[in-house]
Amino acid sequence: MTAVDASAAGLGPVGPSVAVPAIRPTKSRFSVGRTLRFALMIFFVLVVLTPVYVLVVTSFKGAGDATPARAWALPELWVMDNWVGAWNALAPSIGRSFLIVVPSAIISAFLGSMNGYVLSLWTFRGANLVFTLILFGMFIPYQAVMIPLLQLMLGAGVPSGVPALILLHVIYGIPITTLIFRNYYQTIPGELVEAARVDGSGMLRTFWSIILPISIPSFVVVLIWQFTNAWNDYLFAVFFSSSQNGPVTLALNNLANGALLQDYGISMAGALLASLPPLVVYILLGKYFVGGLMSGSVKG
Amino acid sequence: MRKKTSLVLGAGLAALALALTSCSSAAPKQDSTGAAGSEVEVFTWWAAGSEKAGLDALVGVFNTQHPDVKFVNGAVAGGAGSAAKDLLQSRLQAGDPPDTFQAHAGAELQDYIDAAQVSDVSALYDTFGLRNAFPKDLVDRLTVDGKIYSVPSNIHRANVVWANPAVLTAAGLDPAAKYATLDEWFVALDKVKASGKTPLSLATTWTQVHLLETVLLSSLGVDSYNGLWDGKTDWKGADVKKALEAFAKLISYTNTDRDGLDWPDATQQVIDGKAAFNVMGDWAEAAFAGASKKSPTDYIYFPVPGTDGVFDFLADSFTLPVGAKHEAAAKDWLQTISSAEGQAAFNKAKGSIPARTDANTSDFSEYQKSAIKAFASDKIVSSLAHGAAAPVAKLNKVADATSKFTTGASNLDAFQAELAAAFAG
Amino acid sequence: MRKRLKVAGPPLLLLAPSLILLGIFVYGLLAANFQTSITDSHNAAQATGQKPTNVVGFANYFTLLGTGSFQHSLLNLLLFTVVFLAGTMLIGFTWAWLMDKPSKGEGFFRAIYLFPMAVSFIASGVVWRWLLNSNQGENASGLNRLFQILGLDFLQNPWWNNVTFGIVAIAIPAIWQLSGYVMALFLAGFRGIPDELREAARVDGASEWQLYRLVLFPQLSPVALSALIIIGHMSLKSFDLIMSISKPANYQTKVPAVDMYVFKSSFDYSSAAAVGTILLTIVAVIVVPYLIKTNRQEQR
Repeated sequence: MTAVDASAAGLGPVGPSVAVPAIRPTKSRFSVGRTLRFALMIFFVLVVLTPVYVLVVTSFKGAGDATPARAWALPELWVMDNWVGAWNALAPSIGRSFLIVVPSAIISAFLGSMNGYVLSLWTFRGANLVFTLILFGMFIPYQAVMIPLLQLMLGAGVPSGVPALILLHVIYGIPITTLIFRNYYQTIPGELVEAARVDGSGMLRTFWSIILPISIPSFVVVLIWQFTNAWNDYLFAVFFSSSQNGPVTLALNNLANGALLQDYGISMAGALLASLPPLVVYILLGKYFVGGLMSGSVKG
Repeated sequence: MRKKTSLVLGAGLAALALALTSCSSAAPKQDSTGAAGSEVEVFTWWAAGSEKAGLDALVGVFNTQHPDVKFVNGAVAGGAGSAAKDLLQSRLQAGDPPDTFQAHAGAELQDYIDAAQVSDVSALYDTFGLRNAFPKDLVDRLTVDGKIYSVPSNIHRANVVWANPAVLTAAGLDPAAKYATLDEWFVALDKVKASGKTPLSLATTWTQVHLLETVLLSSLGVDSYNGLWDGKTDWKGADVKKALEAFAKLISYTNTDRDGLDWPDATQQVIDGKAAFNVMGDWAEAAFAGASKKSPTDYIYFPVPGTDGVFDFLADSFTLPVGAKHEAAAKDWLQTISSAEGQAAFNKAKGSIPARTDANTSDFSEYQKSAIKAFASDKIVSSLAHGAAAPVAKLNKVADATSKFTTGASNLDAFQAELAAAFAG
Repeated sequence: MRKRLKVAGPPLLLLAPSLILLGIFVYGLLAANFQTSITDSHNAAQATGQKPTNVVGFANYFTLLGTGSFQHSLLNLLLFTVVFLAGTMLIGFTWAWLMDKPSKGEGFFRAIYLFPMAVSFIASGVVWRWLLNSNQGENASGLNRLFQILGLDFLQNPWWNNVTFGIVAIAIPAIWQLSGYVMALFLAGFRGIPDELREAARVDGASEWQLYRLVLFPQLSPVALSALIIIGHMSLKSFDLIMSISKPANYQTKVPAVDMYVFKSSFDYSSAAAVGTILLTIVAVIVVPYLIKTNRQEQR
């Protein structure tokens, strides 16, 4: 569509040899536009953090204080018990969550990037049909297929716990990772690959030496998605692992919903505790969003 | 750049290797068929709070009584998407049942019985001598076509009103007053309303069904109430309509944000003095205790007006699934939970009462003692909202109809028709 | 023939692992689900073969689609999806746009905007239930109370406690959770656009707004498509979110996924399977023509 027009409109192919300034010069003078932008960003931070405020104050409240009527109030008495209790309940399973989430995020990201590459830059007759078929996997209503899936996994003899969950997160991650990579690679001018083809580079070689290096922004968004999704998954966890060999969401659910009289304070402490590892991942991966990434890596 | 990509790829390969090794190391674990009786996987919803304390106490007794059997905790909390029940159904369906699982005693088991997924345990009742240890009324309610399919571990009472005496006094009411009928109660509710407080606090749909069942019991009486479940009482009749009108009137006394609350939030309103009354099962006692409240100065409790002398029961029980891997061990577990020691240890910690009448309950709480007394002497009826009176499919339909009615999406006649349809056929 | 094989062969080989896995774990299971949906397996005894099951064709579908409450669920899903999509796309894009130019504290803002994604609703759903409490005036709590504190009383509303439009309020936590991810997608898209495209446009004398409108936005359309599909599929999977804030029986917040859950827990496997297939069909009807259309445009 228009994307192609824009790059064809005399802007030329973007080859690996083109050097571009890595960081755009920033203007230091005061401007109304920048102040307004900053104010808007602060406003959105406040909106986003409003529910988080309630989570945090509730996590420090004792029984009887943690109620909807006192949601906005600071704790009558600041107690640490909830955090200690949540840590004790969740700590053993946090390690297992990493063991599940890291491999599944990385493997499915690689599968997705290969699929996306083939389906956007090395297309063949019927490629769009194949893409549609892959994409459709995203929309599978999990609840409806849990019984046959359970039978399938039992029949295949996949051990419950970490191996089963890695397998499932990889498989059901393929559609979304393929989608993100395919659509990202479509923004890359086709000339890039054509040039490599003319040079006689094979499909894998082109992928390896030209496509992968410029894929980092995509890897970042895919890894964020897969990491978070697998980290917060509850349905697969409850079906294919137990509290002895399962991820943190199982422990969190047992902590929050295991008793008829729900302990809101410890639930909130647990929810916040379980959200810290993904947050760290966002901060680490977020580094790669910073300025002129594509050009930077091309230059290196 | 090349260095960076190979680094990422290397990490991917390492992860794959890690996944494969964890595959091979975990593989033998699953095939631990071992000698029968070596372990028992017990599937419960008891994963936190007083339920977990009760389960821990029970496991303590189990380890003393059966030191050769290893207890495997299969606790999966309900809540959120309630994937726990989904999991249990799916495991049974896929032919991979736990060795024993927790279920509400009574009609909730009917589906598993129809599907031939749970075994008849009446022989165990004879072996363990349970027929005389449980009240006859209870054994009758558990018997289906002459067979019994589960062993109850604990009993709860559903038809209890919890009230805040300070709110009542402020509204000009005598906290010690007794209400023999719903109509007498309405007068009191009106007075609270006039004082500006919420007369009756209520929460989300299942608590509304809970209230509905106690109103039906109060308005219809024991026999007609029991007839609702076996088809002897007509759901389309004028008696039921009268009961539903009383229910509608009660709803008008409640807080409008009910659908957004769960039961502890509604009970909390009574604790905080924002509402006068709350109808909830006797697990609400734990909420008052948790807030350091004492009866009768801070809170009082009595049977729902018109249900004095009736014990609206629900019970947790354990089953023997067909095809369980460790059947002998599962029977050991059933022996422990039905023993006097097991029932005393479990119920004291959980705050419920033993199904056995001969368990040692001298150190139980004041409320528990009163409930034990009532359980032994009152007429026992089955709870609808908690799976004792009707199978899951019917209960789900009742819940849907009730929610439609209380949100104003249907009127009283449509409500009654939908309820009748739920129990037709 | 041989020539085409030569072209399609290697790409298909690269796609093969994904295709085989998805063939089994998506299409195999969907077939099993469809098979269940055309039988009359409406209770536990039939599900285990204790009582006979018959093939009834599309009877379950007709029954479902003819029921008032299921139509209510479909309408709710439509409302929810529209608001959810519009909200996340608008906010996510605004954030990406605000952050496109490097600025101080960029990493901080990015991490904050992404943070809601990390918070599992398993435990924190309670807080949203508190925030979206329907009481107003004297008994107000949650957001309504916050509005009173801020002097914005006119914003008070019953949130999801409304039979017709209540579901829209449930989209708020969903938007809160996923806007950050849409931002990340667009941000990666922005950063993936070669700098010389911007430079060339500036040299041509394009204003900042023209630069975005004529050069950058068109480049982003494949990314926008990714975002739309991802958010769209999340809306079908919003079951967990709805369950953690509302309850399965609450009429205000019924959607097909909730109906599926209730059917399944009632041992009515055929109706549950039919709901699953209906959901998938809706997706197909919406997504497939769009994919075909964009594919045609690209090939032109």
